[in-house]
Amino acid sequence: MARIESEIGTPKGGFMKWIDDRFPFTETMKAHATEYYASKNFNIWYVFGVLAMVVLVIQLVTGIFLTMNYKPSSAEAFASVEYIMRDVEWGWLIRYMHSTGASFFFIIVYLHMFRAMLYGSYKRPRELIWIIGMLIFFVLMAEAFAGYLLPWGQMSYWGAQVIISLFGAIPFVGETLVEYIRGDYSISDITLNRFFALHVVALPLALIALVFVHIVALHHVGSNNPDGIEIKYHKGLDGIPLDGVAFHPYHTAKDLVYIIAFLMVFSFVMFFAPEMGGYFLEHANFEPANTMATPEHIAPVWYFTPFYAILRAVPNKLWGAILMAAAVLLPLFLPWLDRCRVKSIRYRGWIYKTALGTFAISFLVLGWLGVQPAEGKYVLMARAFSVLYFAFFLLMPYYTAIDKTKAVPDRVVYHG
Amino acid sequence: MVRKGTFVTTLLAVLAFSGQVFAATGMKLEPAGNDVDNIVSLQRGARNFMNYCSGCHSARYVRFNSVARGLGLSEDQVIENLMFNAEKTFETIHASMPAEDAARWFGQAPPDLSLMSRARGTDYIYNFLKGFYLDPDSPTGVDNLVLAGTSMPHVLWELQGYQRAVFAEDGQQGMVFEHFEPFSAGSLSAEEFDTFVRDTVNFMEYIAEPVRSTRRKLGVWVLMFLTVFLVISSMLKKQIWKDVS
Repeated sequence: MARIESEIGTPKGGFMKWIDDRFPFTETMKAHATEYYASKNFNIWYVFGVLAMVVLVIQLVTGIFLTMNYKPSSAEAFASVEYIMRDVEWGWLIRYMHSTGASFFFIIVYLHMFRAMLYGSYKRPRELIWIIGMLIFFVLMAEAFAGYLLPWGQMSYWGAQVIISLFGAIPFVGETLVEYIRGDYSISDITLNRFFALHVVALPLALIALVFVHIVALHHVGSNNPDGIEIKYHKGLDGIPLDGVAFHPYHTAKDLVYIIAFLMVFSFVMFFAPEMGGYFLEHANFEPANTMATPEHIAPVWYFTPFYAILRAVPNKLWGAILMAAAVLLPLFLPWLDRCRVKSIRYRGWIYKTALGTFAISFLVLGWLGVQPAEGKYVLMARAFSVLYFAFFLLMPYYTAIDKTKAVPDRVVYHG
Repeated sequence: MVRKGTFVTTLLAVLAFSGQVFAATGMKLEPAGNDVDNIVSLQRGARNFMNYCSGCHSARYVRFNSVARGLGLSEDQVIENLMFNAEKTFETIHASMPAEDAARWFGQAPPDLSLMSRARGTDYIYNFLKGFYLDPDSPTGVDNLVLAGTSMPHVLWELQGYQRAVFAEDGQQGMVFEHFEPFSAGSLSAEEFDTFVRDTVNFMEYIAEPVRSTRRKLGVWVLMFLTVFLVISSMLKKQIWKDVS
């Protein structure tokens, strides 16, 4: 008896001790919340990580309820979505939350990634956080693509047709690969079934696992901040970073305000403009998939349009697909393309500021071009802005090496 | 220095781009000008729809009892006035014409109209219904300005009468539509016919998303709740951050 008590503690000590002897609850809470210190000078750019978590939860929960009423069959899918919209109690709300959530997921993730580029959050020692984050982005794109087929509308069908057929451009194995992805000679019931499996099981699992690893890595090295200074190099006598405050209750209290503000924007769109002028729910997708009639204007949902514009800017299908893939993959290498030692844009030179600004504008313009018809001046513009997009990454090792930086202060700037 | 300004600028840039709506293809559409909150117009539209559209077109996701609820009608009123080919009020609107026959007669079955207004927009339907003009080369005797070569005949001829389209020669683009001129009068005046079409389109906008008014009403409450919550949470934040300097 005595030996067992020494191993797991005496019976006295209350419920929490009972738990803590068997599971590191208090220890985990301390390490990741009450004693996880992050800089006190976080600005609004630092809210998109937690907002991405909020949207992930919204998507998972609404997704479960949608799955209860949705039928993944080409004969019933479209009708089952309308059944959810009209006959299922609160089904319309669940569906609009999910469709609005999909677009907001990308808005938030794009802003979250841009934050990392503003403040050098991908730099040493956070390269792995960035890479895991990019993997999350890739899985998210696949998740959104698979999910978009499920309502089985005209745009679901033809959008998937166009994108999957891109794999056909690969020499030798292309056509076989396309058949392998579709499971059929064209997009069919079989394709819908496997996309459903990917969308509700495989990809969400991957997403959750990657998000978990993303946060573990983040909490291991500590959060960056708008000054790009490591707060752990200035600790008080108690071992707490002088410029840090505990994640809970300080950052959680701050995040709560932002979360509610975000939910207000989210609700405004969801309740008053769920179609968002045809961007969040495309008009053509209110017509059931028709294998015999191609819509006159096939455009992917807005969050893929920057890459779609790059694809269409190239006259050759294979090279278009290669450049599109390159455009998606290139940010992965940012930690090594950027040779400047200063992290935050606050202390970097005019060259990087100009480059980043040009990149942001190129991305937005390409997104706009992706919904325009691929003709005349639009193609020329897409080519010009694609060049700028790639120049940002490919010339980075040169211009970041010669850019003049300002002196980085010792401690973070905080105005209270 | 990057401040809140950068964020606001980014947001504004994004908003400026999202303001770009899909460019309408081809011609300019006259606005439908319908008001989906106008119950009386919706009731007239339901009557029009059941009398003139549902013979050939289904609205297979729309139940009679939900139309009754949304339009402030009793189930008996719906049974008396709108249900011509249905037995129970929970049934959906089916076309009287069998789809196979329709496909044989018209080349293709008339599309389901449940979601037409969300797919094409109310302006499109309004202009389509007003856009039939005489064309001796067409099997139905008419063509449509909005959807050239449509297989739909001019169903509303009794009400509108027939009209001719006047095209003008344009050096660059060939023939360009100029205006309609009446060929034969219908039982309704031009204004009455506009109202008839507007009511019908209004009903089609309603059936495309019956929950629209519920969602807008609920949205106001949700935003009010969140506003209160926002105030409370920012007070909490201030309180907790008091000692941070």
